[in-house]
Amino acid sequence: MSAALLIDILLWGSVFGVGLIAFRRGPPVFKASLREGSMDFVNIVPRIALGVIGSGYIAAIIPQEVITGWLGPDSGWLGVATAVVAGAATPGGPVIGFSIGTVALKSGGGVPQVVAYVVAWALFAFQRVILWEIPFMPARFVWFRCAVSVPFPFVAAAIAMVIGKP
Amino acid sequence: MRKPIGWSTIIIAALVAVSAALVWRRDGTDGVLDILTHDLSLFSGILPRVLAGCLLGAFISEILPHEKVSRSLGPKSGLKGLLIGAAFGAILPGGPFTAYPVASALLAVGADFGATIAMVVSWTLIGYGRAVAWEIPIMGTDFTLWRILISLPLPVLAGALGRFVYVRLYPKPLAKDDES
Repeated sequence: MSAALLIDILLWGSVFGVGLIAFRRGPPVFKASLREGSMDFVNIVPRIALGVIGSGYIAAIIPQEVITGWLGPDSGWLGVATAVVAGAATPGGPVIGFSIGTVALKSGGGVPQVVAYVVAWALFAFQRVILWEIPFMPARFVWFRCAVSVPFPFVAAAIAMVIGKP
Repeated sequence: MRKPIGWSTIIIAALVAVSAALVWRRDGTDGVLDILTHDLSLFSGILPRVLAGCLLGAFISEILPHEKVSRSLGPKSGLKGLLIGAAFGAILPGGPFTAYPVASALLAVGADFGATIAMVVSWTLIGYGRAVAWEIPIMGTDFTLWRILISLPLPVLAGALGRFVYVRLYPKPLAKDDES
């Protein structure tokens, strides 16, 4: 069984589960939330469309080699800062992000810099923010969340420097 | 949720237009169309999941007891609220199509920015879904576990920082959080 199928089963299973709980609160509750969910969907589709189709173009002008170049052997805090920018600017999904991290580790990138890269990618990867977070969350929350997250790739790198390699 | 068109949408649309123009200059019309067809098929593939995410969010905000949520995850929930948010983010199954609708539902029923930030950051840094599916196979078990160990304190710290800044930026509670 593929991972995608498993995810879909899990996802629709959860929808069915919470839907059942809502239904047992009474059909009006169920109908109201069904209507609200469908309206949310209708409102979100254009934004998701812009995110999916648009981020493909943004990704196309930021080739992977550029990102790999930024994760060079520059150690120290400048290297950490570059790694953070590289993490946010990495196009594509988890395969690309983690592969770039692995390449950087194997080609002599410092461990704290790679940790900062992976953490920054998890926190800020632009395609996930554009595609998922902005369409689903209030815009003010997204910008706020990103802003207060800025110190944390640096904190992770600092912890990595203190406790050493894996 | 939000108005269909806000500043974020406008900024993204402008960014996309510039990028598409650059792709067109570099690769011509064929390059632009290649990306468009690829992304359209991707789009149709994720639509059902988006629908599921929206329904999940709507049902959850309907069945969650509002007073209880604002007590355990609201602005006055303290460290405990941040810990609950972080724990919830770490165990939440699925991908972005579940995490963000659920986070949005929590905000709607009384969780504050701090607890919701703890949840989202914990989902992305500690959540087992991406680690098991992608990070361990690509980066190896040692690196992944060690990276997660380093990340353990971050969700609560991010939530605490968020709460600290939020009450200073917006001293009075806003009537509606839907502004975009």
